[in-house]
Parts: sequence; structure tokens; C-alpha cells
Amino acid sequence: MFSYTIKRLLSLIPVLLGLTLIVFFMIRAIPGNPAQIILGQLATKEAVAELTKQLGLDQPWYTQFFQYLGGLFTGDLGESLRTKSPINEEIWPFLAATAELAFCAMIIAIVIGVNAGIISAWFQNSWFDYVAMILALIGVSMPIFWLGLMEQWVFAINLEWLPTSGRENVRAPIESITNFYILDTLIQGRMDQFWEVVKHLVMPSFALATIPMAIIARITRSTMLEVMKSDFIRTARAKGLRMFWVVYKHSLKNAIIPVLTIIGLQTGLLLGGAILTETIFSWPGIGRYIYDAINYRDYPVIQSGILIIAVIFVTINLIVDLLYAAIDPRIKYN
Amino acid sequence: MELSTNKEIQVPIEPAEDKAVSPWLEAWRSFRKNKLAVIGTFIVLFFVLLAIFAPYIAPEGINEQKLTASDRLQAPSSEHWFGTDDFGRDVFSRVVYGSRISLWVGFLAVMGSIVVGCLLGIIAGYYGKWVDSVISRFFDILLAFPSILLAIAIVAVLGPSLRNALIAIAVINIPNFGRLIRSRVLSVKQEEYIFAAKAVGMKNSRILFHHVMPNSIAPIIVQGTLAIATAIIEAAALGFLGLGAEAPNPEWGKMLSDARAFLTQAPWTLFFPGLAIVLTVLGFNLMGDGLRDALDPRMKN
Repeated sequence: MFSYTIKRLLSLIPVLLGLTLIVFFMIRAIPGNPAQIILGQLATKEAVAELTKQLGLDQPWYTQFFQYLGGLFTGDLGESLRTKSPINEEIWPFLAATAELAFCAMIIAIVIGVNAGIISAWFQNSWFDYVAMILALIGVSMPIFWLGLMEQWVFAINLEWLPTSGRENVRAPIESITNFYILDTLIQGRMDQFWEVVKHLVMPSFALATIPMAIIARITRSTMLEVMKSDFIRTARAKGLRMFWVVYKHSLKNAIIPVLTIIGLQTGLLLGGAILTETIFSWPGIGRYIYDAINYRDYPVIQSGILIIAVIFVTINLIVDLLYAAIDPRIKYN
Repeated sequence: MELSTNKEIQVPIEPAEDKAVSPWLEAWRSFRKNKLAVIGTFIVLFFVLLAIFAPYIAPEGINEQKLTASDRLQAPSSEHWFGTDDFGRDVFSRVVYGSRISLWVGFLAVMGSIVVGCLLGIIAGYYGKWVDSVISRFFDILLAFPSILLAIAIVAVLGPSLRNALIAIAVINIPNFGRLIRSRVLSVKQEEYIFAAKAVGMKNSRILFHHVMPNSIAPIIVQGTLAIATAIIEAAALGFLGLGAEAPNPEWGKMLSDARAFLTQAPWTLFFPGLAIVLTVLGFNLMGDGLRDALDPRMKN
């Protein structure tokens, strides 16, 4: 296990270097003069020259790359062209907002997805199974931005149960300590604000949860069906164990590995879905941060935002792989 | 003891052979029995026909603006089945024409990733060694980005347009096909008939095209069908973010982002383009799942 962990960590180095290289070349791959494109056609020559210097574009590319890499090692992500503040400082609230949203979405996806899959496998070919699997099929085909809009139409505009967008009630803003609003409101003991935060979370997290939920349900069902055919399940039933325990204890334990893998993969993919969900619900997260940066041609922010998401994505996948090896002793890595 | 003198005895060299069918026919038979797959195929066919005959089906063009109050944002009626948008354009006609863009982008992008992915995958798998390492690392790096984010990054660099969205979608799907073909090549490479072909003196290129490629077609078709589904969603997502089709193109994702401001007043301008996306994608997904079960049962889950 130890040597596998080391090996897996080492194999990350070329991937991370490659990632950085791609992100580094992003800004340089803009056709024409990047500084001119960023500032627009009306910019003066002086302004263009200054930005070129600020971005380090006047030096040979390898010097630029090592400077960039050196900066990354010291935690320097560059400076936003729009706000003029260092990106590594202003990015935290956005990251926290996305983390909170992704966490809630994943909880919803796992609780509903796993249980729907289990019940579908338990009562195979029942009406529940059919309805759940048809919903799961539609779920994986769902553009989440459309689902988000339809949610807003039904629950915010017609029923008026939930707020349309945002993260908090703007008239009673939250004093942020950790940037995780659920935690903040609980620490401050403001239950009124806590409910407000939860209400704002419901629609975006359900929209974001849809696809992972559907995929988790499908995988859980098929692995459960396979496990439930095996001999030890028959034995467990033969000795008169209640079906509930056979399903939720014996079978689930043996079906959990593929399910865990999918959960890990989907957690990483949530980060991609977040950019769409956040746009619809004006959620001030990292996706929204990058999206706004694209509109302002704030390339340092686009670069750093994408790099950070990719690094998180790679890290999650690594953790999943290691967990996978730790949970199942049958898996031997060479 | 006398040996049999009966020369008429014929040993049947081949057993009753006429029942053996080609694997493709067998796959077709099992596909036909799969109800969901057939439904999916009909949905796809429906949208393909819609795209081909769009000028005959759509009552109006894509950009016939009528800016009077009695024409703008009209609810669905017998005259305008899906209502009208804020420029007084017929939403039904735009959705019908939109199928052309979505299917075209989905198909072309996936074809692009198949061609490039297969080429890289074959080279990696067949030549091995450092070539394989370099190409495989390249796939790893592409897969280290959440795919839609990589697409956004590519379009952010190239500039927003439908063509660049198509390129971005093609690029992000390359590693999926590349890896698939690479593993196929690696397993086929160990087969005895490849050794035989080499012994006979067949050239590498001929071995690749005569033996390796035909062995990889089934999984490519399956993966390709499913990839079209995601490509359509990705194209719509880019359009929605303003990074894809330009106005007045009736791209479904773009239609959604244009109509967003009218969610309260005219929800139909948002409902129908989205429904079209869901149905098309569902069709391709059902068809792909069915093809997988029929062509390559090992790929199941």
C-alpha cells in the first residue's frame, strides 16, 4: 500500500507539469497580440506595452514559464487585471462557496442515488424499479442549465417557495467567518439566517446533483443485482435473515466499491457542472468567478481558476484511487 | 477383417453451417429486441428527419422578426405552436432549424475526436515504448480537466464561435477514443494471427488497417453514439454561456440564454428548446446503451 501510494504520487508529477504548461500557454495561444486583445482595439500603444510587460510577455517563453512555475510554488497566482488584487487572496470566498454547493449536491446525490439503486435492485422489475430507472435515464440526458431554469420557474416564480438566485438574503447579509455560510450562521447561532442559507442552497444543489444522482443510482442497481445473485446471499437468506439486513448489510458491503469509485469520479465532475449551475443561480462560486473573468478577458484569473479546479480534480481522483486500494484487499497493485 | 469398400461415405467436413450468422446480424437481432434502444433510435431518426426537412416543416425562417406588440412573446397557439420570442420569431421554426446545428455539431465533433483519438491510440498502442508514454501522458493531462471546463478554456483562447466550440468539444473527447483504441491495439497485438501476419512479411500499416481497425469498430460505434449525446449537451452549454453559436443562429443553448430574461413572462421560449435538447440527448443515450448491449456485452457497466 505504501509503495503504491508513492508510485501514484510520483505519476502525478508529469500530469501536474503538463497541466501547468497547458494553462501557461492558454494566454499565449490567443491569436494576435494578447495584450491588445485583452485591452480591446481602442487601447493606446502605451497601455498595450505596459500590459505586455506586466504579463511578462516581452520575455522569451521559457523564462516566462519558469517565472510562472516559481510563482506557483510560492503560492503566487498572479494578479487580477480587473480588480488589481492578488488572485490567491480573492479566490478563497469563491472556492468556499463552490465547496459548500458541491458538498450539498453530493450528499443529495449519494443519499437519493444509492437508496434508489438499492431499492430498484431489491424489487427488480417492480414499478419502482421502472420509474426510478427511467428517471435516471432522463437525468443523465439533462442539460443542468435548463433544469435550473425550470426549477426557478416552478419553485421560485410560480410557487414562490424558494428564492430565485444568490447565496443569502441581500437585505440581511451574513457576517462571514469561514466563508461557509452554513457553518457561519450556526457558529453565530442565527437560526433565521441559517434557514435562509438552506433555502438558497436547495435549488442549485438539486440541479447540480441530478447527473451524479442518476449515474450513482444506475451503478448501484447493477452492482447490487450482481452481488445479490451470489452464493453467500442465498446462504444468508436461507438461514432466515431478514431481507432488509441481507440487502443493506451483506449486499451493500460487497457492492460498495464500484459505487465509491463512481462517487469519487462524479465529485470531480461536479466542479465542471458548477460553472453552469453557478451561472444560472448567480452563485458566487469559482465557476462564476471564471465565467465573469472570461467576459472581462481577465486572463490571469481564467488561468489560475482553471489550474486550481484541475488540481482539485486530480487530487480527488488520487484520493479515490487510494481509498479503492485501501478498502478492497483483493485489489493488488503492481 | 475387411476394410470398408464403400467409397460413398462422405465425412461432413462442415456441420450444418447455414445457421451460423455474422456477428453483425446477431447484434442487430438483439438490438431489435431491446425496446428502449428502439425507442432511442426512433427519437434520433425523428430529429435527423427534422433537420433534413427543416425548410418544409418550419412555417417560418430562423430570423423573421415582427416587432409589434401583438407578435412579441405570444403564448403557444394554433398559429405559433411553441409561441413567439421577444423578436416575434416563431419558436417552433427556430427549434426545428436548431436541430440542424445540434446534430451537425455533435456528429462532426465526435468524428473529429474519433479520427484524432484513433490515430494517436493506434500509434501509442502499436509502437509502445516512449511513444506510448508520451501519448498516454497527453491523454492523462487532457483528462485531468473537468471536460466542460477544458472546452471553456479552449473557446476562451480561440474566441467564441460555433466553429471554435466544435473544435473544443472534439479536443476534449480525444482521450476517450484514444485510450479505447490503445487498449484494443494492445490486446490484439498479442493475438497469434498478428504474429502470423508479421511472419508473412505484412507491413505495419497493413496490419493496422486490416487486423487492428476492424477489431475496434464495434466499441468505437458504441462510444461514438454516447459521445454524440454528451457533445450535444456540451455544445448547448457553451452556447448558453455565450461561447458558442452567434445570433441569430437558433442553437438550442443560445436560445435558452437569450430567453432567460423572459422566464417570468414567456416560459415557453425556454421550455421548448430545452425539451429538444433533452429528447435528442436521451435518444442518443438510449441508442448507445442498446448498441453496447448488442455489440459488446463485455462493456456492460
